[in-house]
Amino acid sequence: MAVLKILYFAWVRERIGRDEDEIARPEAGTTIAALLDRLAADSPGHDAAFADRGRLRAALDQSFVPLDSPIGDARELAIFPPVTGG
Amino acid sequence: MADTLVRVGVADFDPGAELARLEALPGGAVASFTGLVRDDGGLDALHLEHYPGMTQRAIEEIVAQACVRWPLLGVTVIHRHGTLPVGARIVFVGTASSHRVASLEACAFLIDWLKVSAPFWKQEQRRDGTTGWVEAAGADDARAQAWRG
Repeated sequence: MAVLKILYFAWVRERIGRDEDEIARPEAGTTIAALLDRLAADSPGHDAAFADRGRLRAALDQSFVPLDSPIGDARELAIFPPVTGG
Repeated sequence: MADTLVRVGVADFDPGAELARLEALPGGAVASFTGLVRDDGGLDALHLEHYPGMTQRAIEEIVAQACVRWPLLGVTVIHRHGTLPVGARIVFVGTASSHRVASLEACAFLIDWLKVSAPFWKQEQRRDGTTGWVEAAGADDARAQAWRG
């Protein structure tokens, strides 16, 4: 079974209460946004973290992508707020 | 081929030593930027979280873009993570070139792009014991996008 690792950072991680989930990789055409809808039903923390999509950013296999991107055969998805480094 | 150095870690750095490395290249023009934890009143420290698997590569990609765009002889980017007290150094960008304009522009480009595309998140730890995540500034996005023009 192919596995998708999902990493959370900053307040997304805090709201969910853990820094990663591991799930069976969804069908290749599934978008990140659709997966977030599904995960939001998992726990109140996921729901709170994913409520405001405008404040979420994503990376697939460590490259930034928009939330409407299909997950394809990626192994790692990361969900986080807009970055504030520098 | 520019001599590039990208370092992500907890350790502090010595801007003088980093400048000396760039000055040793045969360019004649070295520009740099050092970012420090600013005391906004009530701030004790910044905690910088990052995405370990992605950070180094994301910065190397930005450095590679700068090297395509300007005739650079050397580039150094150092970015710290962890808990950094007010006044601590967070980030260093240094560029060496044979041309003043190239070194200055590339340095500004690098720090503008680091702000919007390096996976770091800052959390404020205030003296009153509260914490809060820093919100991304729209002005930073605009500055980075301006380099596309």
